[in-house]
Amino acid sequence: MHEWALAEAVIAAASEIAEKEGLSEIKEVKIKVGELQQIERDILEFALSQLKSTKFKNAKFNLEIAKAELKCRVCEHKWFFGKEKLDESTAEAIHFVPEVAHTYIKCPKCGSPDFEILTGRGVWLESIKGVKQDDG
Amino acid sequence: MVDPRTSTINERMRGIGRIIAVSSGKGGVGKSLVAATLALTLAKKGYKVGLFDLDFTSPSTHIILGIEGVQPKEEKGIVPPIVHGIKYMSIIYYSGEYATPLRGADVSNALIELLSITRWDKLDFLVIDMPPGIGDATLDLIRLIKNIEFLVVTTPSQLAFETVRKLVSLLKELKIPVMGIVENMKMNKSNVIQEQTRKLGVKFLAESPYDPEVEEAIGNTNKLQNTSFAKKIEEVAPQI
Repeated sequence: MHEWALAEAVIAAASEIAEKEGLSEIKEVKIKVGELQQIERDILEFALSQLKSTKFKNAKFNLEIAKAELKCRVCEHKWFFGKEKLDESTAEAIHFVPEVAHTYIKCPKCGSPDFEILTGRGVWLESIKGVKQDDG
Repeated sequence: MVDPRTSTINERMRGIGRIIAVSSGKGGVGKSLVAATLALTLAKKGYKVGLFDLDFTSPSTHIILGIEGVQPKEEKGIVPPIVHGIKYMSIIYYSGEYATPLRGADVSNALIELLSITRWDKLDFLVIDMPPGIGDATLDLIRLIKNIEFLVVTTPSQLAFETVRKLVSLLKELKIPVMGIVENMKMNKSNVIQEQTRKLGVKFLAESPYDPEVEEAIGNTNKLQNTSFAKKIEEVAPQI
């Protein structure tokens, strides 16, 4: 996923949650991003710093990258995604739309493209900490 | 844990006037041709139009419109290129001409990803070429896009119309607007589909003939717009 789009999504989702929970200020946002997304940490952090509204003024964004483990549905072989084995344009295509991994990656044991992404796909807001309006 | 991507989708769609999902109950009825031709027609009339090919496992609108050698621009997300006056987005920018075998959950994920990264900006119409049937993509769009409307394509075949009946019933039950039905590849004067459409309580938008010239016009938008098929699809535009 594109870092700027991700940053916008994180701010929008965190704002929605803060609204629901009555938080006047957000202190910490934990984000988990799958390795398949191939996020550039610096760009994401810069985008977050540019997009954050006053509610996020003192917020710390903790980013965790989840390793991508794949499992073949045909022969059940499990393996880890290795970006280093892909050429630049393939890696970039997977960065934008991780599902096209099924176009380019095959099971190293039996050659099937029918694999499951066990971990390391998607973007998740794990937790948000902040100050409740009532806390003053 | 919350997936933050869905929070931006409505924001991304905010500048779009009408979102038209061109759908069908089954494959092979000419849905992609109708979607691509409708987008061309609306663009020719001066509207700002986007075309989004969501038929991930069998994308074909790029072939119909002869789109090649273009890529979206990276600018705080993805900005689709404008081709033939249409902002055009498809998974083919990322999958190329290779097979993309996707299961249901993968279809949902790819759809959410593309909806959340694509910056359409201002559009009068976004035409979506849907995968056939009532699977993951249809259910996801209904869930994620507030003001979606459906345009349903059928052929004169009872087999096609039976699947349309199911699709339309589902949409009506979910209170999703159905703009109407287009009967494509018509080979005789029967008005059975028109009557059955009326019974379903849906507008009959147009009937387009089976037109062998269409195959010759694939990849050539000028030729395509001069076919008798395209002339009939033009009749749909003022009705929407």
